[in-house]
Amino acid sequence: MNAINIFQLDGEDIPFRQGQTIMQAATRHGTYIPHLCWHPDFSPYGSCKLCTVKVNGRFGSACTMEAQPGMEVENRTAELDDKRRTLLQMFFVEGNHFCPSCEKSGGCTLQATAYELKMMSPHFDMFYPDRPVDASHPDILLDFNRCIMCGLCVAASREVDGKNVFAMGGRGLLGRRVHVSSESGKLADTDFAVTDRAASICPVGVILKKRKGFAVPIGERKYDLAPISEQVKESTP
Amino acid sequence: MSFELETAISPEKLRRVAIDPVSRVEGHGKVTILLDDDNKVHQVRLHIVEFRGFEKFIQGRPYWEVPVMVQRLCGICPVSHHLAASKALDMMMGVKQLTPTAEKVRRLMHYGQILQSHALHFFHLASPDLLFGFGSDVAARNVVGVIGAHPEIAKKGVMLRKFGQEIIRMTAGKRVHGTGSVPGGVNKSLAPDDRAELIKDIYQMVAWSREAVGMIRKLFEQNLAEYNDFGRFRSAGMCLVSASGAMDLYHGGLRARDIDGNTLFDHFDYGRYWEVIEEDVKPWSYMKFPFFKALGPDDGSYRVGPLSRVTLCDSIPTPLADKEREEFMAFDGGSVTGATLGYHWARMIEMLHAAESIKDLLHDDDIVGHDLMATGQRQERGVGVIEAPRGTLIHHYRVDENDLVIRANLIVSTTHNNQAMNTAVREVAKKYLNGREITEGLLNHIEVAIRAFDPCLSCATHALGQMPLEVAIVGADGTVIDEATRDNRGLIHEVRAID
Repeated sequence: MNAINIFQLDGEDIPFRQGQTIMQAATRHGTYIPHLCWHPDFSPYGSCKLCTVKVNGRFGSACTMEAQPGMEVENRTAELDDKRRTLLQMFFVEGNHFCPSCEKSGGCTLQATAYELKMMSPHFDMFYPDRPVDASHPDILLDFNRCIMCGLCVAASREVDGKNVFAMGGRGLLGRRVHVSSESGKLADTDFAVTDRAASICPVGVILKKRKGFAVPIGERKYDLAPISEQVKESTP
Repeated sequence: MSFELETAISPEKLRRVAIDPVSRVEGHGKVTILLDDDNKVHQVRLHIVEFRGFEKFIQGRPYWEVPVMVQRLCGICPVSHHLAASKALDMMMGVKQLTPTAEKVRRLMHYGQILQSHALHFFHLASPDLLFGFGSDVAARNVVGVIGAHPEIAKKGVMLRKFGQEIIRMTAGKRVHGTGSVPGGVNKSLAPDDRAELIKDIYQMVAWSREAVGMIRKLFEQNLAEYNDFGRFRSAGMCLVSASGAMDLYHGGLRARDIDGNTLFDHFDYGRYWEVIEEDVKPWSYMKFPFFKALGPDDGSYRVGPLSRVTLCDSIPTPLADKEREEFMAFDGGSVTGATLGYHWARMIEMLHAAESIKDLLHDDDIVGHDLMATGQRQERGVGVIEAPRGTLIHHYRVDENDLVIRANLIVSTTHNNQAMNTAVREVAKKYLNGREITEGLLNHIEVAIRAFDPCLSCATHALGQMPLEVAIVGADGTVIDEATRDNRGLIHEVRAID
């Protein structure tokens, strides 16, 4: 049936089609639900938990939970944003996120989300993990210090590029990370190309096009123009 | 070798006075003075107690990140590091000539930096000593005291600095730690609206800069004997000059003259700076001691910064500043050109030159052009040298075939002046402290000598893991319980532990 279904998001009516997730419906409507690992062009991965909302009083992931008629969903409440802020702080201390010298600054989803949620400090002790930089590829630099394990590069390489260049691997808090699927572990030993979808999918500063850093001046970078909550788009242009 | 008053023969018998921290300078440093029972000075050292690590931790980073990262050395003159690194990486990229717009935007940024830094130093940091007296009441001897007693002077200082900071914001994106300069060019030119905004105020800035030169000249006239003699010593000097021998704060060849004014090298290609300059190390300071190779570590120390630049150049390429330079050089038969406090006068002449240069650039249409980047044939290494507010600044990088930095050497302006600052404070200590009861006002004389150089101690201590150190644990009775030394290769020696 084609009847428009409705659920409530922070008191606002959100129309949805059968089978859409809360995140998809909210995004289509232009309403921002904080998230890091979800991307409109790919299947939900559900790892970052930043999109956690309260559905009829119970916690759930907006990126994986299907919308149902009559749902009452809480999103930008003080309670949820406070928990999201804590999650963000964990992301910051688990990696090496040095925004002052990062070329992704101003265009980084992690940084923009931290600004959106008014994160003022990392709060927790820094882990300072020892993660390698892979500069072996002629056109692409991989700086795993900034990886948030969103899995988007894995999905893009597999689903769009058909290459499986990246994979999640390892165990434990410091051991698990994105790996390059080549015998040497080096990107240069894969068929990765700068034109691949995976080369431009990273929401943080891990997968970078070489020799292009800081080309966009301060004031013209993506999140200089408007906060992340005002740049809700259904899919990548 | 040890210089006069650098190391006392029997320090254990002497009384120690410390100025810690040295105030109204950028960064952290301290001065220690060893005196005998008659208050005779036996040892004076300016110690740099900060510890940085930029040369080390940019290793393994992509080269295009370097101009943004290394500027974090400093919050006062980050533009100098930003531009010196960019120039080094221009060379590494094989870019021999920037586009006209890129060079002019970088110059504008640099002159904005010179203007704001010189204004900050003169009005905020140095003027309390000059306006109230070196030994005046410490409660009023600060910028708040200047605002109270001379509000018009203080206001001009604030506004000059603000104007310089605005130029930096408009060209680099932020007042502090922007991103405007990138290897091979710039990422933006000056916006037409910003240009119009700056043109409205630049004539006032030129006028105030002229007044500032007049102000320091008047102070010299009123206190000629004291100012001329204060911390005075003979020194070699070095700076960049243009092909014509004129002052050029952004680019040129190296010129150096010895203590007698003889030319050691001129228009020397800074891409081979290591052929003429070497760095010495001493166990009591984190800051290195550069010297001219031709003269050796004992006789090869030199001064950089405004006093060297104004006295070594043949001319200044803006008319008002050049006229002031001529008057400075001729003043009292040329005596001020060797005075430590002559730094202040030379600094204000440079501030005027920066203001005039900004005015010229704002009227040049290239400043709003759109051709921002140049390319070239990739090289293995790059050296960038610029005349920062405090003096000659050298950045040197080697980059591997994967675009990662594998080696870096930075010789920062204040580092060049290390020996000169130590000599100046020893001269002051000899003259003002010897045999007298130590008071706060007398100790401030030491700081006045240091401030003349406008040192940036945080910039100057960037090495990691290679500085030699001596550590001693001393018991309450004065006996050494444990001691160790680390050499300049980072190896620990002579560890002695007493049970």
